[in-house]
Amino acid sequence: MDRVPVLKIGDILLVSIQIDLQDQSVLALQEDLAERIVSTGARGVIIDITAVEIVDSFIGRMFATIASMSRLLDAETVVVGMRPAVAITLVELGLSLGGVRTALDLEKGLALLNADGVSQTARALRDIR
Amino acid sequence: MTQPGSAGQTRIAQLLTEHRDDVLGRWVAAVAGTVRGRITERELRHESEELYGLLVRQAADGPAGTAADELRSMLADLSRSRARQGFTPSETAVSVFALKQALFSLLEEKADVDADAKTYREFVLFSSVLDDLGLHTFETFAAAREQVIADQAESLLELSTPVVKLWDGIVAVPLIGTLDSARTQVVMESLLQTLVDTGSRYAVIDITGVAAVDTEVAQHLLKTVVAARLMGAECVISGIRPQIAHTIVTLGIEFADIVTKATLADALAHVLRQSGVQIISGGQA
Repeated sequence: MDRVPVLKIGDILLVSIQIDLQDQSVLALQEDLAERIVSTGARGVIIDITAVEIVDSFIGRMFATIASMSRLLDAETVVVGMRPAVAITLVELGLSLGGVRTALDLEKGLALLNADGVSQTARALRDIR
Repeated sequence: MTQPGSAGQTRIAQLLTEHRDDVLGRWVAAVAGTVRGRITERELRHESEELYGLLVRQAADGPAGTAADELRSMLADLSRSRARQGFTPSETAVSVFALKQALFSLLEEKADVDADAKTYREFVLFSSVLDDLGLHTFETFAAAREQVIADQAESLLELSTPVVKLWDGIVAVPLIGTLDSARTQVVMESLLQTLVDTGSRYAVIDITGVAAVDTEVAQHLLKTVVAARLMGAECVISGIRPQIAHTIVTLGIEFADIVTKATLADALAHVLRQSGVQIISGGQA
């Protein structure tokens, strides 16, 4: 089974989904992520789904689950890079992902975390730029 | 000699071959009268010669031969091109039927010499084949027209949904006309794609030109806004006319936390403020 890597940049965890998600790998990702948030004390989680072309209701619900899970662990979740087709599918499925923050791309996602002052890293990255 | 029970109309084929120039001449003359100079006599003659050749082969082979298929596809092409040139279907069909007339007048003239009952029977068979072919052009014509209409409807759909850039990071979709599911789908897709392409954070959906808003249209608008939100962009709906506002309230449609503005200008001012742009009046000296 493919595992989705969880990358740590300062106090942000970056999850870039590059594979076709199976239900098993989704569950594994949720566990991995919860564990990493606790072990690293991350303040922000960015899920990059630029490469995801197909979603179903299970994956749609995953975003909401990860978001509420992270919030419990005091980390803000931003989903970035959703494709139009994916957005339309989720709307048609009736999933509006309440409570999940979204941004057009990774850069804007970082800006969002920075604007909320949740992440030191996001600010640092902006300053470098 | 003709074999009894043979599928072909050998006598007719023979006649058509023997009096080729005569019949062809009459045919082209008859058709030229109906097309009234919209295509040149030369083109017409060329087309007719090709058709004639196939017809002779078809008459000799019978309906099962390869010539019949070729004939049909050639007539289909002819009919399609005529449809595009703006001919009526009758004119196209008549150009096939005219051959009957041409052949019949030839038969009349030669009646005393070599036409007998058998030839006439074959002629009747041959003309029913021609009738079939004429109807075939009619059908192809109708199909070609349908295609033209479908193409136009599609291009109209694309034309009527432009996404315009108002400012850096702000795009707008001015909606005009009636919103139905198909159109809203196109609007939704092109708007979301533009958001991705331009990296815009704000979108203004202007419904000034929308004739009426019912629950379905409102539903479509809401879906678009939610989809844009999922991608990380904010939508503002503008251009709500008083009657429309009245309808929306009467229908009990809830726009919830979606920002709505009366005019496009208000919406632009709102999103500019949101994105941190300050508008300062130049001040006339």
